[in-house]
Amino acid sequence: LAGGPGCNVCYGLVEDTQEKEGILPERAEEAKLKAKYPSLGQKPGGSDFLMKRLQKGVWGIISYPLSLDVLLCVDKIEGETSYFDSGDYNMAKAKMKNKQLPSAGPDKNLVTGDHIPTPQDLPQRKSSLVTSKLAGGQVE
Amino acid sequence: MQNSNNTPDIISTVEFNHTGELLATGDKGGRVVIFQREQESKNQVHRRGEYNVYSTFQSHEPEFDYLKSLEIEEKINKIRWLPQQNAAYFLLSTNDKTVKLWKVSERDKRPEGYNLKDEEGRLRDPATITTLRVPVLRPMDLMVEATPRRVFANAHTYHINSISVNSDYETYMSADDLRINLWNFEITNQSFNIVDIKPANMEELTEVITAAEFHPHHCNTFVYSSSKGTIRLCDMRASALCDRHTKFFEEPEDPSNRSFFSEIISSISDVKFSHSGRYIMTRDYLTVKVWDLNMENRPIETYQVHDYLRSKLCSLYENDCIFDKFECVWNGSDSVIMTGSYNNFFRMFDRNTKRDVTLEASRENSKPRAILKPRKVCVGGKRRKDEISVDSLDFSKKILHTAWHPSENIIAVAATNNLYIFQDKVN
Repeated sequence: LAGGPGCNVCYGLVEDTQEKEGILPERAEEAKLKAKYPSLGQKPGGSDFLMKRLQKGVWGIISYPLSLDVLLCVDKIEGETSYFDSGDYNMAKAKMKNKQLPSAGPDKNLVTGDHIPTPQDLPQRKSSLVTSKLAGGQVE
Repeated sequence: MQNSNNTPDIISTVEFNHTGELLATGDKGGRVVIFQREQESKNQVHRRGEYNVYSTFQSHEPEFDYLKSLEIEEKINKIRWLPQQNAAYFLLSTNDKTVKLWKVSERDKRPEGYNLKDEEGRLRDPATITTLRVPVLRPMDLMVEATPRRVFANAHTYHINSISVNSDYETYMSADDLRINLWNFEITNQSFNIVDIKPANMEELTEVITAAEFHPHHCNTFVYSSSKGTIRLCDMRASALCDRHTKFFEEPEDPSNRSFFSEIISSISDVKFSHSGRYIMTRDYLTVKVWDLNMENRPIETYQVHDYLRSKLCSLYENDCIFDKFECVWNGSDSVIMTGSYNNFFRMFDRNTKRDVTLEASRENSKPRAILKPRKVCVGGKRRKDEISVDSLDFSKKILHTAWHPSENIIAVAATNNLYIFQDKVN
């Protein structure tokens, strides 16, 4: 069967295509996926999908209502993390740290917005000499 | 997203240098660990040199782009070695945004005998120094230092997926999702843009660049692969901006085979020239293909890596595994190709005998010096004793990065946060 880039796909219009649906495992999988997510678009390789790939880590939509009280709605791009600003970023990092080290005392890194920071309060940069596990000689 | 994939120890790239003496690994935490093969001792001729840690350093740190409010991961995406030209070793390492040239050098002597400072280390008043003492070089314990020699920053809006050193050893390229830049090693504040596929209207975006590599011998030629399963070969002599390709490699698709997953699984995750420069190898989600540069309309060889995953595409889409980017490598003589799979399996295909084998990189199954046993995945029906069924495969254990020694049968396999080095049994 000759297929070029210009060919369009016909779903179920031709008889032997329908026959193939029973044979092709991808088609069965596709049907499963569409049953779970009916709103899934026809063209996964299209613009939306690629845009998501390019925008890893970028913040989403912020909407400002007309009143003076600014309400921020940040749409999280599924699977990626988006931050409103550096303060948000620091708080998120601090939360992650707190989860992993429950024995740690009050988080000294959480300075944004709470009080006027001093040099001692600023978050320390990660030490450059943290040894990788591989350097312990665990080569198999 | 599984938690085990978030620890900084996860290896993100593996690369032998041009002699195979050194093996570099980069990880998610921005660190580079270099292993060196120990010299074969004269007493134990039959014992091949093993790899030991030679140097370890922090290549990239996490950054925060304040303008766009996004975090720049320190994960090392690629490492590429420069050929050795003097006693020091040079390598390029890159994260999503910045490429760095590192110099790794040894110091085994130290000058001693200065009389310019007193015992406490304070500089003496020059008027009190009455003798001219020439310092002497004395041996010291070997110290390996890594210093950043160049930082190539601010040239990529999108995420860098590839770097490739040119055969002229003066230039290299870095590729992101939409652009490829050409750099001179000496110049860090500018680069030439040689490919730009960003559409004027982003709504019209249909494909992105997934990998790029220079030809091993022709310094004017390079290839780049796309998310649509195509490869373009470009010649820099043709024009300054290589948006128009010289060759276009695409396998025609049977339209009746098309499904929702077709484009996703056709996305090429890696492209590698053969050592001969005559062929290119591409890896998409389910296959590895070898293309002859002289034939653009289809590959000359196609190898099924794990075709049994076709009946699992729905769940692989849901857990994002369908987007995993596997790499592929040639052996030194271009006769065998290797790529990774799931469950810590990796596959090798002998192009001449057409035989293939599945092996596993795991602690439980391999003791040092043990011979790897071939593995087999059973698709349906009766499962034999040694086989593993598709449903039992662990999709969180993926081998994305492998490397093959340039001349010997030594391979390095990265399994999440473990590095395995396998050598051919010596007779």
